[in-house]
Amino acid sequence: MDEAEVKSKKGPGRLCYICNQKKPALKRPKTLEQICKECFYAVFEEEIHRVIVDNQLFKPGERIAIGASGGKDSTVLAYVLSELNRRHNYGLDLFLLSVDEGITGYRDDSLETVKRNEIQYGLPLKVVSYKDLYGWTMDEIVKMIGLKNNCTFCGVFRRQALDRGAALLKVDKLATGHNADDIAETILLNILRGDIARLSRCTSITTGEDGPIPRCKPFKYTYEKEIIFTYAYFKRLDYFSTECIYSPNAYRGFAREFIKDLERIRPRAILDIIKSGENFRISTSTKMPEQGTCERCGYISSQKWCKACVLLEGLNRGLPKLGIGRTRGPLGIEQRTQRSMQSKQCGTLDF
Amino acid sequence: MACAAAACHENGCCKDEDDEGLVLSTKKRTAEPTIKTNSVLVATASSNTITSSTEDSEHRHGLCVKCKVDAALAGDECNLCFGCFRASLFGKFKVTVTTKDLISPTDNVLIAFSGGPSSRVALQFVHEIQQKAQRNLDASRDKSYPVFGVGAAFIDESAISSISSHEFEQAIQDIRLIVSSLAPPAKELHIAPIGNIFSLDPNDGTERLKELLHTINDVTGKEDFLQHLRMISLQKIASDHGYTKLVLGSCASRIACHVISATVKGQGYSLPADIQYVDARWEVPVVLPLRDCLAQELKMLCHHEGLKTLELLDGPRSGINGLVSSFVTLLQEENPSRQPTIVRTAEKLTPFNFNRLPEIDDSSNHLPFRRRHKKLNFKSDESNTSEFFCQICNSPIKNSDLESLRSILGHSETGANIFGSSCSSCQFQILPKEPSSMEHFYSLLPKSMVARAREGICCNQDRLREQIKDCLLSDDEEGI
Repeated sequence: MDEAEVKSKKGPGRLCYICNQKKPALKRPKTLEQICKECFYAVFEEEIHRVIVDNQLFKPGERIAIGASGGKDSTVLAYVLSELNRRHNYGLDLFLLSVDEGITGYRDDSLETVKRNEIQYGLPLKVVSYKDLYGWTMDEIVKMIGLKNNCTFCGVFRRQALDRGAALLKVDKLATGHNADDIAETILLNILRGDIARLSRCTSITTGEDGPIPRCKPFKYTYEKEIIFTYAYFKRLDYFSTECIYSPNAYRGFAREFIKDLERIRPRAILDIIKSGENFRISTSTKMPEQGTCERCGYISSQKWCKACVLLEGLNRGLPKLGIGRTRGPLGIEQRTQRSMQSKQCGTLDF
Repeated sequence: MACAAAACHENGCCKDEDDEGLVLSTKKRTAEPTIKTNSVLVATASSNTITSSTEDSEHRHGLCVKCKVDAALAGDECNLCFGCFRASLFGKFKVTVTTKDLISPTDNVLIAFSGGPSSRVALQFVHEIQQKAQRNLDASRDKSYPVFGVGAAFIDESAISSISSHEFEQAIQDIRLIVSSLAPPAKELHIAPIGNIFSLDPNDGTERLKELLHTINDVTGKEDFLQHLRMISLQKIASDHGYTKLVLGSCASRIACHVISATVKGQGYSLPADIQYVDARWEVPVVLPLRDCLAQELKMLCHHEGLKTLELLDGPRSGINGLVSSFVTLLQEENPSRQPTIVRTAEKLTPFNFNRLPEIDDSSNHLPFRRRHKKLNFKSDESNTSEFFCQICNSPIKNSDLESLRSILGHSETGANIFGSSCSSCQFQILPKEPSSMEHFYSLLPKSMVARAREGICCNQDRLREQIKDCLLSDDEEGI
């Protein structure tokens, strides 16, 4: 197509901003350009490919686990990575890695989705469960400690479970589905709570390179909206969409809502937040805790015992508050029922 | 501590005997604190009449947690009586001014006065320390303590605001009254229309300003640009009238909003430049003595002390800024220490070299005033002394972001192109996208901004050349 023709079609005819041939099917959330479906897939995948290449996320021959929850992000990640691996000959061995927290009505359903993905993309799946690793399901934990702080347990356990699963699969890296919105949100939260050490870390695309299994986020610059509304919707990828039944996370919700409001009036704000996060002048002398290994389970830990072992010890000894930072708060019902247990706390454990 | 206790004593409230004795003994031991206590006595003297009348309420619920004599202020979360509240707020200001060395006796200080609570308190507090300095001068035998000068500046934005001219006239009168009714030493008030930075002719200036604002489509960009123009106006007044410092009333709440909105606009790199007590990247260094005070504290002080403020001129913020300010307000309601936490996070970022006052040359050292200089605990990367600045907002630009600037400079033809060296945030929200309108935009800008840009581009080019000289094939100016 010669240039004159392109120009004539830019008028009221309304054609795809990129190919100038088809009718636009969506307004791209990141740029608000009106483009057609095909061009959207092309730029969406090409952008992720660029991120992977520019940041050297993978090396040929590596074994990569994809953290698969069955949710939209990880489902799309599994699809895109297997697609790009094939198209651009990354030479990667891809695996799906799922964690079964043992949440009836939530995780059991989403695991079904992951199992279907296993067949659809032909990627081997490994499921590690809290029950097997720790002897507790989240259902049992919540029954014991109530709905307060339960996310602390789940978060700490999941982090370790993913690493253990990755070790079982003997993979070199773990890819997670964190998207641009997630990262922008984390940056804001770290500013709000004054956590400068995490603020400097949370923007890196690859983390834990000194640890057992490095993690990377190929979706670091990918908008959540592009993942959900358009991608999963148009391609009809099989994904599971429900909030965790134990997570009424109001505080994170604040920041999330703010980001959505920002995106509405200025789509590039999400990328700008990430840019700010990357460019913050944080002196490199900010000390990170020295890393050692847990005396009990051998997992990386800056303390004598790793956090998971501390929490687990608390659970097993009926002291669920062990290892949870601040316990003060409005006296809720759950807290009052726990008081008798709390009073049993003794000082034998020194960390 | 010594001053606070002494102040309470003066107010008629007594502390424990032990405590008092301790305070007295420390006072005897060190010679200097007497000077310090005086200042707070001055500060609280005016509040004596107010607090002493509330003595009936003692021993009742809601006593001040500090002096335990007077009733705590009603409402808000404040659990101090007015006297203690004021003393603590003034103390915060005083500590900032002395330890960061924001105002020295030889200074001539210009206060940016908008009529809002923050700048009203800035005016009041600076006035009080000036009064005290004056008293010291009068009392000293050799008259060798200089007293710093104080002036106030009000930027008249009536040309572009929606406020009716009648209301505006009234506001200006109020402002004149506020400044003129302060006790001597007299303070000059400068009222300058914002259009003055464009042209000496008021009508022409207003027209150019309006036209310039008209070219900016983004609401947030327009608001931010106006803010930059305000700073240029203040700088102009300050340098035209020989002021040596510009005092802004920016408080912790305002700074917290700036931290978030700068982050949202992708200005993470330059953010630490804007939130320090000192910002000497301007011709007249800017100081922020109220940086650690919350907006609600300042409002409360104005309310209880009967300091007149003008809310009229302080319109709601729009676009991104509006969103951020309501978000921060919401967070503050959920947790009263949220704003200070945000400021503290940003404080941990590495400041720039210009975030301290320029070294005083030797000539001023012979002055007889004895001052304890507490050196700022300053960490900035010494190696990187010169910075590139955005030609619009004057914020430092990260070196790696200059890649794009290089390519623009590579085929620089018109004057407009020098605005390639503006930060990506200004490029997005302020500068026009089309090259043709860019030139128009450039032609409208105030002279001082253009001059700064020219100056900047010269030294920027030298540095760019330095960085790419190994790739240059010939030595001539072509291409750069």
